[in-house]
Amino acid sequence: MIYLDNAATTRPCDEAVKAASDAARDTFANASSLHKMGINSEKLINNAKQVILKRLGCEGELLFTSGATESNNLALFGIAEAYKRRGNTIISTAAEHPSVARALDRLEKLGYNVIRLAPKDAPDNFEEYIFNAITPDTILVSCMTVNNEIGYITDTPKLYRMIKRKYPDVIFHTDAVQGFCRILAAGDLISVSAHKVHGFKGIGALYAARGVRFAPMIYGGGQQKNLRSGTEPIELIAAFSAAVEAYPTDNSHYDTLNKLLRDRLSALPNVKINSPRDRGISGILSFSVDGVHSEIMLHFLEEEEIYVSSGSACSKGKVSSVPDAFGISAKDADSTIRVSFSHENTAEDIDKLVNRLEQGIKRFRR
Amino acid sequence: MKEVIMAKYGEIALKGLNKSTFEDILVKNIKRRLKPLGEFEYTRRQSTIYIEPIGEFDLDPAVKRLCTVFGIGAVQRCAVYEKDMDVIKAKCPEYLRDTLEAASTFKVEAKRSDKSFPLKTPDIQVELGDALLDAFPHLKVDVHEPQVTVFCEIRDKGAYVSAGRTAGAGGIPVGSSGKALLLLSGGIDSPVAAYMMAKRGLIVDGIHFQSPPYTSERALMKVQTLCEKLTAYCGDIKLYCVPFTEIQEALRDNCPEEYFTVIMRRLMMKIANRTAESYGYGALVTGESIGQVASQTLRAIQCTDAAAKFPVFRPVIGMDKKEITDIARKIDTFETSVLPYEDCCTVFTPKHPKTRPVLSEIEKAESAFDFQPLINEAVENMTVYRYKVGE
Repeated sequence: MIYLDNAATTRPCDEAVKAASDAARDTFANASSLHKMGINSEKLINNAKQVILKRLGCEGELLFTSGATESNNLALFGIAEAYKRRGNTIISTAAEHPSVARALDRLEKLGYNVIRLAPKDAPDNFEEYIFNAITPDTILVSCMTVNNEIGYITDTPKLYRMIKRKYPDVIFHTDAVQGFCRILAAGDLISVSAHKVHGFKGIGALYAARGVRFAPMIYGGGQQKNLRSGTEPIELIAAFSAAVEAYPTDNSHYDTLNKLLRDRLSALPNVKINSPRDRGISGILSFSVDGVHSEIMLHFLEEEEIYVSSGSACSKGKVSSVPDAFGISAKDADSTIRVSFSHENTAEDIDKLVNRLEQGIKRFRR
Repeated sequence: MKEVIMAKYGEIALKGLNKSTFEDILVKNIKRRLKPLGEFEYTRRQSTIYIEPIGEFDLDPAVKRLCTVFGIGAVQRCAVYEKDMDVIKAKCPEYLRDTLEAASTFKVEAKRSDKSFPLKTPDIQVELGDALLDAFPHLKVDVHEPQVTVFCEIRDKGAYVSAGRTAGAGGIPVGSSGKALLLLSGGIDSPVAAYMMAKRGLIVDGIHFQSPPYTSERALMKVQTLCEKLTAYCGDIKLYCVPFTEIQEALRDNCPEEYFTVIMRRLMMKIANRTAESYGYGALVTGESIGQVASQTLRAIQCTDAAAKFPVFRPVIGMDKKEITDIARKIDTFETSVLPYEDCCTVFTPKHPKTRPVLSEIEKAESAFDFQPLINEAVENMTVYRYKVGE
């Protein structure tokens, strides 16, 4: 099996599996319980928070959620509600993941003025482009760190600095799911997910800088400072933290694989690379095979147990509007293949992938 | 209190000397459908099957299942009393309480097939109506459009009282008309076609054409789900899955593009012929509706039919999409059918298909390549899946 769909999800690493099973056996108590066992659970959670905060390079609050979809929803709805007296405008991009995009659609229906900027209108200085769109009425800017479909990077540390210098009251949120553990993200609020970094599905986190207020979405026992009720899933948290600790700090392996695949693809006829060379994350490479519908190529690769994605795995057959935001034509979008690496992939995997792609192009392009 | 379900015959009540053949099949079908729910005793009398639970359990699931058995015109859940008007009047208000308390108007409809019962039909209606008005003073009688109709039937073995009947699935029992092979793509129309033919008593099995890698595993899963859902109406279903990729590729490489769809349909028919011959099917069924797409014009159907060796039934031929969709929702296949996976019919769809193909031209185009070896291979490599009712 050659698994090249790591932007969809990753295989839980051994460290994460062990941490989850250890926690389930030894540290299973409810962190809210007053007894010693409860305190041990609380300690484990606090320790996990520190590990994740350290990797984010941030100091502040960290809330565990059911995943990045919840983190994004909590950030957007929470801020919109908490700061609605300040203004009515939310600035975001046309390339966001559906968990941001659909939440923004909903906020628009509730009366907020939502502006969606497309990277294709300012591919080289997108940060300035977003910054310049801020109005006195703006309460929130939300921009993803790395686009999940083509890997385009927005320099969020730069954008965050620019915003805070001129508009200290505007809240900046970033969906950092795809960049987490690989490139630095910055913001008042940052969403991350465990299963993209070899943790388990069903858990994510939302970082919040000190002093940022937001309204909770889930009410109940008042866990996590009343901001996210529900018993903390200690096994998942333990695995999340273990996965982050085990995640390589060096990106050179991805860079090498990326360069190798790029070079091999550029030698193939009718293949067009969609991921930007200078501001694309090395873990994701998206390309279009002219004239071959992505799903057909995907199933053809699958016959050799090579697993990739067509565009974004979340959409499963649905048409995404994201390619258009990057100026990718509908025709190219229809034939898009997304390859995404983990540290487990090898040069040999790339070799097998490209060989099979070549066969596919011969068979399907008529 | 004793409670029974009465399954009243639909069309088979009209049958003549061969009636008992249909009845036997119907009873067999009902038994299979109800078996997982518990033990029942079955009695046939006066165009009705009396289904009596042995032991105490909730009858609602049984009623629900019976409503999808073809051959039943109406399903009625009733209490059984001795044939004594005083007993009926005393006992039935309690049995009808839940229904009547929620209603504001009602009427009583009586039937007296046991002519030895002392009261005549109108008298039964009046007496029972009075008793119910006494028990539920908020009720009013409305003989034209009552919210609840209370049925009281005096039959040979007892008096049966119920608070309304549910329409059955109608039709004639599955298995009373032979068996047919359905071309099942996974769209909205073919499951509806299966339902319609099962209603006419046919055992319907499916044949599905798979074209990996052009179609995904999920397209097959979708068809399998549809078969599972169809068992509620059709009984046990067999699904023949035919590997179709090589045939489609040969078609693409050797025949003119505008004829792809029609020739593909013809090749499917040829494979279906072979399957029908080997396994004893007497007809083919498709979900074609005239004018819906290019392969479903009159001319295209003429060309497709010319390749079929069996009668081809197209039960939805005269229905529009809305009518088909309504049935698909009723039989719960719609949600599955609209899942967005490619099926073999959408692979290599020509940009401008011929809407008025001429048979001789099609046959000529088709003869440019010898499909027979590929057809043989496809038939040999067919996979068969089985779906059992009510599991």
